[in-house]
Amino acid sequence: METATRVADRLRGRVRLITDRHELRTYECDGLAQYKVIPALVALPRTTAEVALTVQACAEAGVPFVARGSGTGLSGGALPHADGVLIVTAQMRDIVAVAPDDERAVVQPGVINLDITRAATPSGYYYAPDPSSQQICSIGGNVAENSGGAHCLKYGFTTNHITGLEIVTPDGAVERIGGRAPDPPGYDLLGSFVGSEGTLGIATEVTVRLTPLPEAVRTLLAAYATTDEAGAATSAIIAAGIVPAAIEMMDALAIEAAEAAVHCGYPEGAGAVLIVELDGPQSEVDAQFAMVTQLCEASNAFALRVAAGDEERALFWKGRKSAFAAVGRISPDYIVQDGVIPRTALPEVLRRIAEIAAESGVRVANVFHAGDGNLHPLVLFDDAIEGQAERAEAVSGAILDLCVAHGGSITGEHGVGMDKAKYMPRMFTDGDLDTMQLLRCAFDPDGLANPGKVFPTPRLCGEVPGRHRGVHPLQEAGLAEVF
Amino acid sequence: MDALAALREAIGDAARPAGDADAVAGVPARFVAAPASTVETSAVVRAAAAHDLSIVVRGAGTKQHWAAPPREVDLVVETARMSGIVEHAAGDLIAIARAGTPLHELQHLGDQQLALDGPIPGATIGGTVAANTSGPRRMAYGTVRDLIIGITFVRADGVVAKAGGKVVKNVAGYDLAKLLTGSYGTLGVITECAFRLHPRPAATATVAARAATPEAVGAALSGILGARLAPTAVEVDAPASGGFTVSVQLAGVSVESRVEAVQRLIGGESIEAPQWTYPWDSGDAGLKLTMPLSRIPVVLQAVLGVRERHGVALHVSGSIGTGVLYAGLPATGDVAAVVKDLRSVCESVVVLTAPASLRAGLDLWGPVPGLELMRRIKARFDPDGRFAAGRFVGGI
Repeated sequence: METATRVADRLRGRVRLITDRHELRTYECDGLAQYKVIPALVALPRTTAEVALTVQACAEAGVPFVARGSGTGLSGGALPHADGVLIVTAQMRDIVAVAPDDERAVVQPGVINLDITRAATPSGYYYAPDPSSQQICSIGGNVAENSGGAHCLKYGFTTNHITGLEIVTPDGAVERIGGRAPDPPGYDLLGSFVGSEGTLGIATEVTVRLTPLPEAVRTLLAAYATTDEAGAATSAIIAAGIVPAAIEMMDALAIEAAEAAVHCGYPEGAGAVLIVELDGPQSEVDAQFAMVTQLCEASNAFALRVAAGDEERALFWKGRKSAFAAVGRISPDYIVQDGVIPRTALPEVLRRIAEIAAESGVRVANVFHAGDGNLHPLVLFDDAIEGQAERAEAVSGAILDLCVAHGGSITGEHGVGMDKAKYMPRMFTDGDLDTMQLLRCAFDPDGLANPGKVFPTPRLCGEVPGRHRGVHPLQEAGLAEVF
Repeated sequence: MDALAALREAIGDAARPAGDADAVAGVPARFVAAPASTVETSAVVRAAAAHDLSIVVRGAGTKQHWAAPPREVDLVVETARMSGIVEHAAGDLIAIARAGTPLHELQHLGDQQLALDGPIPGATIGGTVAANTSGPRRMAYGTVRDLIIGITFVRADGVVAKAGGKVVKNVAGYDLAKLLTGSYGTLGVITECAFRLHPRPAATATVAARAATPEAVGAALSGILGARLAPTAVEVDAPASGGFTVSVQLAGVSVESRVEAVQRLIGGESIEAPQWTYPWDSGDAGLKLTMPLSRIPVVLQAVLGVRERHGVALHVSGSIGTGVLYAGLPATGDVAAVVKDLRSVCESVVVLTAPASLRAGLDLWGPVPGLELMRRIKARFDPDGRFAAGRFVGGI
């Protein structure tokens, strides 16, 4: 606590701070609410300069810092450090520029994801990455996590939509990389930073790519007796050479929960529903939609609904978007898991999940991005009953093992954070993890930026060893260039 | 044991003394090693490190005259024997290929494709990734960094590292595939890459129309973008002889109605899809210009000015849909002055290639924001400066 007090002393009067313990509790967790740590200090900077000052103060005092946007993350990426400073960017909410002629927007990190779209819509553009939390999550958080969303099947993830960043590195320096034009020269620092989960610095301004609003959007809802059949329909659509904007699937338990919560009116008795959305030029959407409808019919859908307009489309999506929260109605507690498997392994993996669930007496509701194999098993339990939490945790872990065993990933969207650091060795070798940490050492040799996240065993950065080959000392010091 | 013996201990006869033909951009090499696998590559790099050999990686050697010449080349690591598609999972729309595989082998994978244009025939996957080359269809599909989902490479100390995986949706760990993309072989030897694929479209069409002025090109672009036709590419070609041709590529299940829509907007006619390549010949200087979309007319106007002011046959062509243009001019022209003039209107101008004699006097990269961070990354990944020393930005 001593050193955080030093940081507070440095910053008082220059950056808004929270030091009162009761107020600090507000920030004790992010979206992963079962892990709580009260930070020693909270800073609420309003400008890049204030963020830089805060990080500099941390660097000088040797105090770790954790960045937090809206605090909606699901892997504990913004879980504070007990001796550290939580740097909250939520006050940096300005939309600096919307430039449809460049197909770009420039925003501060605290700007809410959906607000970028709202600002761009009048010009005929929107911001494509659409995590389910987009009404509350911040773009800065999206950058840290490389957030996806239902429409990333077609449109990619945050990293495919960032063309410029201003960042404060862990030594407190400010760097501007990229901008409105593509392909900045040198190493891809943008690509390295996006998805680095706050371990390489803090983004203080973000330049995003805007996507033209599609001319047409068409959505259908198909109901199947089993997830196998719904999975087969998905495969058929992909095999037909169609890449829909989104293909989402929910199983019977998830449907039951969603129905109870929001009365989305999904076809009764469905073992699985598929939501398929196509967007693009009218002629293309019409042609593809005809093919998709035909494929869904041929794949044994017992009910097929085509959204007649925006309202009906919103209703189809309502069930899917409320699914996580909805399971709260059928279970007192739940774990939201996030894993990826190759799409073709879906039937096999769902079968195994059902077996694992049955064996441990734990219910699992499945919601997933069927198009890209990103599963969100919702592992249900009642914390009040002894042993249930542990069993749910075990099932959750077993599902991740299943994903890795099938050549998938331990996280498709939610990030590693602190929640999955222990699983990283199941996906990567020591050599792999050591190599990734070389990047971390380049940005943060003192290990102050979000320590304890992503990697289970921190790499000591130390001195940079080795001789350099024939580089003039002046050049090495950045004082001269060789032309 | 001497260096060659150590290399031969690692991979047998696939290690040999270098010949004149193995020089890299005119810099003579001492040895060549051609590993057949990631494991062999690791053994080669370990042996090289033990004997303090500098390394340059060679795929098909199509970009030897790109970037700066290496300061020295003890060992050329050749990837030709590491070729072939390791896995093509059509149901998952992914493919994994070894670094020495020619790019064109992945461009047609049955009904699917790695949707990456290859401007130089014969280029390998490894070289394509290391130089981050791309073409017109980047507008719809992105570039290497958007298509690569996993990478395996060998570090300067011989350790094998993997990042990403073989599923498109994956945020576990750092995206080192992006770090290695466009790194010009300075961070490691790329041995294997996984890519996301796209379906090959059932129909394609290209409409080309003349535009009289830079403003007209800008207007054509605005019109096309505003019509929400989801073009695969929007290009301009401005040959040294004068004039501008705007071409729009469309692809999908059906393209007829969109072809008509384009023609209503910009005139022109349907043409055969052109085989796109860089607008320069061997021995010329080749530049890559980037700019925000709204600055395209200003840049094209500057091109006209440059031609007149310096009396150079400057040929410009590229993606107005994304703000990436390529410019070629004979090496006899005042390349330095042309680059300087273009740098005053573009976000960046990089001299991708030029004859060796010319390169020595040119600032190839221009300003490089974040260079200090890049130096720190290089120092961590390759502390002895073993890989491709001097080829990259800031003398890295």
